[in-house]
Amino acid sequence: MKIKKWIICWSTIIFMAAGTIQPAAAETIKIGLIEPFSGPVGNAGNAFAQHIQDQVNRINAAGGVLGGQLLEVVRFDNKVSPKESLIQLSNAIDQGVHYIGQGVGSHVAGALIDAIKKHNQRNPGQEVVFFNYAAITPAFTEEKCDFWHFRFDAHVDMRMAAITDAIMVRKDIKKVYLIGQNYSFGKAVRDAARKMLKEKRPDIEIAGDELHPIAKIKDFSPYVSKIKQSGADIVITGNWGSDLSLLVRAAKDAGLGTEFFTFYASSLGAPTAIGEAGYDKVKAVSEWHNNLGVEENKPEEIQFQQEYEKKYGTKAPFLYGRMRTLVQMFAKALNQAGENNPKKVAFALEGMEHETPYGKVMMQAADHQLLQPLYVYTFTKVGTKGVKFGIEGTQIGFTTDKKIEATSTRTPSSCQMKRPQA
Amino acid sequence: MLEFVTFSLLNSLVYGMLLFLLSSGLTLIFSMMGVLNFAHASFYMIGAYVAYQVSTWVGFWPALLIAPGIVGIIGALVERYGLRKVHQYGQLAELLFTFGLAFIIEELVIMIWGRVGVDYKIPSSLEFTLFDLFDTSFPAYKAFMLVISVSIFLVLYYVLVRTRVGLIIQAALSHPEMVGALGHDVPKMFMLVFGGGSALAGVAGVIGGNALITEPAMAAQLGTIVFVVIVVGGMGSLTGALVASLLISFLQTFAIGFDYSLYDLVNAMDTWPFLSEAAGPWNDLLHVKVAQTGPVLPYLLLVLVLVVRPKGLMGVRET
Repeated sequence: MKIKKWIICWSTIIFMAAGTIQPAAAETIKIGLIEPFSGPVGNAGNAFAQHIQDQVNRINAAGGVLGGQLLEVVRFDNKVSPKESLIQLSNAIDQGVHYIGQGVGSHVAGALIDAIKKHNQRNPGQEVVFFNYAAITPAFTEEKCDFWHFRFDAHVDMRMAAITDAIMVRKDIKKVYLIGQNYSFGKAVRDAARKMLKEKRPDIEIAGDELHPIAKIKDFSPYVSKIKQSGADIVITGNWGSDLSLLVRAAKDAGLGTEFFTFYASSLGAPTAIGEAGYDKVKAVSEWHNNLGVEENKPEEIQFQQEYEKKYGTKAPFLYGRMRTLVQMFAKALNQAGENNPKKVAFALEGMEHETPYGKVMMQAADHQLLQPLYVYTFTKVGTKGVKFGIEGTQIGFTTDKKIEATSTRTPSSCQMKRPQA
Repeated sequence: MLEFVTFSLLNSLVYGMLLFLLSSGLTLIFSMMGVLNFAHASFYMIGAYVAYQVSTWVGFWPALLIAPGIVGIIGALVERYGLRKVHQYGQLAELLFTFGLAFIIEELVIMIWGRVGVDYKIPSSLEFTLFDLFDTSFPAYKAFMLVISVSIFLVLYYVLVRTRVGLIIQAALSHPEMVGALGHDVPKMFMLVFGGGSALAGVAGVIGGNALITEPAMAAQLGTIVFVVIVVGGMGSLTGALVASLLISFLQTFAIGFDYSLYDLVNAMDTWPFLSEAAGPWNDLLHVKVAQTGPVLPYLLLVLVLVVRPKGLMGVRET
């Protein structure tokens, strides 16, 4: 009797579930996102996906692409593992996905670039294009560059160039302390900082150079003591996550007055975690911050931003201008290609120029690296220095220190691009 | 140098006492019930989140009392309706139960408060600089953390050594059957200890959550180091947990101050010139600075203790 009940119960559930699965409209063009959607860094994957989904919704609402075809975002959870990502890649390809987006983790991006390259060699006519929006190891658009890979985020050297540009004009800075996480990215940031400071400000002394284990340290006060002893004027760090927020907080506790030039202080969750300790001290570099609309007098941008926060909540705000650029350029490339043909789309993207609210951006044909205006900006309390909006529901906003125009962000590339027959 | 030493001492004392709050409950629970509670750090996380929530309603000070109470009740309920049921299937089942519980708690926290951390702030009444020494400042909140954790250690020690409840707990640590035979309600004792241990982790969460960061990953980050503390200190030993917490904290903090590597040592002694010429992977190893190894040292200590003195510094039982 009991067993029978179970069977009835379960079969009802299964039928109901089956009823809700709707066959996807045959003509959608799918963008497969291979990201961590669960686990410790799941918030990063979800935030990127939400940015893309929002833009896709807007394009679909306006009639889609290619005269009526709709875009569709499909999520594949990779648990930030390269191995899992390759399984998900073939999953995606089986489902008819020809456009892949990924960004969390350069080790994942590296594996995807290789796998997609191989796939495209073996399956002519079934090509896959890779949009990378956050994996910023320079090699992907330099010696390891590939025709099928397009990067929409400024890589380590470009970001460091922006930071050192901002430092170059600051004659009060005499000593710099470098601290980073002990892995490839942390080392890349350090090396770039050393090299560029030497070129732009040979008078600056590197007061300290420290690598610490990643995501292991709870108490940063001994590092802060060291920074203090070195007499450094500023700190440059590629740290992210708790390694960044705990460092800044420990500095505030000890009364360390140095500024922090960071890569990721404005990424999702970081402003909340850093908190008031960051006011006027912490700087970040990226293509967007939430006070740009006010600074550059763009009311439609402020409205866009507020609508976005209303829709998804203050804890999941619009953060990454490049995601909007990506989806818009992708739609443009589809329309230019005239058909849903990945190879034609890739050729259309090469060298494409695009107007954003903050200036023209271009996808370089030579290495498939997007050039976009970059900003170096500082944590500022809402209500001071013209800051109108706080991020993530906090009182933390941003003011621009320096804007670097798109064309000035170009760094020399050693890329030898091999193109397929058009 | 004096500045570095002074502040490193102070900072490692604060961090060490926080570790102690966390590990004291765990070590009691382990020695009494034989359960290596993988979810212990999760109670620390619950403490921080509940304190955040309560403090948004009624402020920090009531939260300081309410949150550990809530965590203690949750802990007692977990023991009464979870662990006790699983107990009959043996230690492996209990271990797996707490292991799963840690994941469930993390997912629940994410469901309730979201994946991004919450803005749990230090109360403004404690947000000032207590004193300045050699132009480094020492925040009042750190002193407050120190006061809370030291007084909890004193109270705990008094309860365990001087009171009747403490005597029964201590007896139940080593001879649970005998205590039961004498007519004491051992299961209730277990519930009390588990609830109390969880509440201690909760206190650590309340005062540590705003000094560090309150986010879903906070449990996993502290989870491993707490096990190191109880193994090094000796299972079931409160003073052992205290000594090990401070030792580990000092070790980590002071190692960071040493910018020397084996290579420098070899060079300074100038005895084995062939070593300084060594190539390949050995060369890399030689150039690792002590400062870089700081966070790994506790685990090295763990291995060392397990090899040389398996019962831990102050323990009485083999682990």
